[in-house]
Amino acid sequence: MKYILLMNTMQAGTQGLDWSEQALGDHIAYMIALNKDLSAAGQLVDAQGLTFPDQAKIVRAGADGRPITDGVFPETKEFLAGYWLIEVERPEQAYEIAARASAAPGPDGEPLRMPIEVRPLMDGPSAEA
Amino acid sequence: MNANPNVEHLLRTLAPRVLGTTARRFRDFGLAEDATQEALIAAAIQWPRDGVPASPLAWLVRAAHRRMIDILRTQEARSRREAVVAVAADAAAPEVDDEQRARNEDILGLLFMCIHPALSMSSAIALTLRAVGGLTTAEIASVFLVPESTMAQRISRAKATIRASGVPFTPLEPSRVPPLDAVLNVLYLIFNEGYTASTGSQLQRPDLTQEAIRIARLLRDALPASPDVSGLLALMLLTDARRNARTGPRGELVPLDEQDRSRWDRGRIEEGAALIELSLQRGRPGFYAVLAAIAAVHDQAPSTEATDWPQICALYDVLERIAPSPTVKLNRAVAIAMVRGPEHGLAILDALSDDRRLASHHRLPAVRAHFLAMRGDYPQAAEAFAHAATLTRSTPERDYLLLKAARLRGGST
Repeated sequence: MKYILLMNTMQAGTQGLDWSEQALGDHIAYMIALNKDLSAAGQLVDAQGLTFPDQAKIVRAGADGRPITDGVFPETKEFLAGYWLIEVERPEQAYEIAARASAAPGPDGEPLRMPIEVRPLMDGPSAEA
Repeated sequence: MNANPNVEHLLRTLAPRVLGTTARRFRDFGLAEDATQEALIAAAIQWPRDGVPASPLAWLVRAAHRRMIDILRTQEARSRREAVVAVAADAAAPEVDDEQRARNEDILGLLFMCIHPALSMSSAIALTLRAVGGLTTAEIASVFLVPESTMAQRISRAKATIRASGVPFTPLEPSRVPPLDAVLNVLYLIFNEGYTASTGSQLQRPDLTQEAIRIARLLRDALPASPDVSGLLALMLLTDARRNARTGPRGELVPLDEQDRSRWDRGRIEEGAALIELSLQRGRPGFYAVLAAIAAVHDQAPSTEATDWPQICALYDVLERIAPSPTVKLNRAVAIAMVRGPEHGLAILDALSDDRRLASHHRLPAVRAHFLAMRGDYPQAAEAFAHAATLTRSTPERDYLLLKAARLRGGST
């Protein structure tokens, strides 16, 4: 079963822009170790970090089908910071991995306990008997 | 392929030559690749069981050519194929000459074909890795982070494009081949893809840097007199030499000035430096040769402070004449700041800040931050590093820039 783990972070605070060197270093090492373990366990399909949201654009098709682009509006409170695509046997395994990601250390060294959205991916149609 | 590493290695080494010979004689790249694959599979099954034949290359070429004729015969209904069979009939029992010339023609033919002018850059890279590098479609798919079926489709469309372009496979006909520059550019992109990914990416990727070096060596064997080919190979070796020192114990990026130089690969450095010396003696240095010369100066210095910065300045002056770009200007500013002080570097950056190509590039604030730190202006430097962190599109680089900002806010460099 494939799951996507979406890491949503608040606009301010968890970006690391105002963390101490020690806190940042620990956080980075925690995430690198997590990805290494997932890869070694054969559970990692893909993991990507996203650029900061000020580089994001909202795009809609205009009446003529051409793109109309907007910046991301400042009132957006949360943004997608990155995701993991994993393949596991049971949903509980996906939740455990999500909990480990959620517990990444924050600015004070304590677990951030950030919300991780766990979503099963749609599968192909079931095999015909 | 099975678990016999010797046979596997041998097949991998010979595969491009078999494909090159077959494609050259039958003038159909797509079919030649099918025939070569089947010959390799036959060898992978038979050799571990029956022993490796006395002349493995001849065995493979014969098997591929036999298979090719089978394929062509089954398609005899098509008149175009018939004509090809007629042309190739006398190639049915090929003689394999082990001369260097034949080897060179095969490799060059393959490379120039994969980097066909009708192909997009990403298709050319995929085809080169497949045909010359011998990577599987699954391995190439993982390099580009796309599903295997997508990559299989991309490769087969690339082959169809080559076929449809109507350019028959005549590798060494000068008017038909892409310029050598295009080939070198593709190899350089393959190398950089591997080198950048090797630092921070969480995913296991096939070792593209080693692959690019291997192909560059083949190209240099074929074109030993080309200073550009030697320059590119030297650049790859001198850059790859620092690979082990580029990642810290926790997987973080370590920049050149903070690397443990005792971990640099001396063998690579010596080989690269000898190549670049030879290449520079041959006259007008090209883009890759100058970059390699700069890498050689860094690699031969015991520390950042003891680096021959005036020499690096002079090399960037040359580079700015032959291949001007904002990146070259930025790197030249760093060298000048190292020689004459941060004020001079900052003055160059001020002049560059109007360049629209650099407007949203993280290197401009990162270099500014570096200069500000050099003159002891820590709060401003921290701010500039943090700004650079919001602009970069590389995770290891962002981590590094954030750490740098945090360190300066904490009062140390």
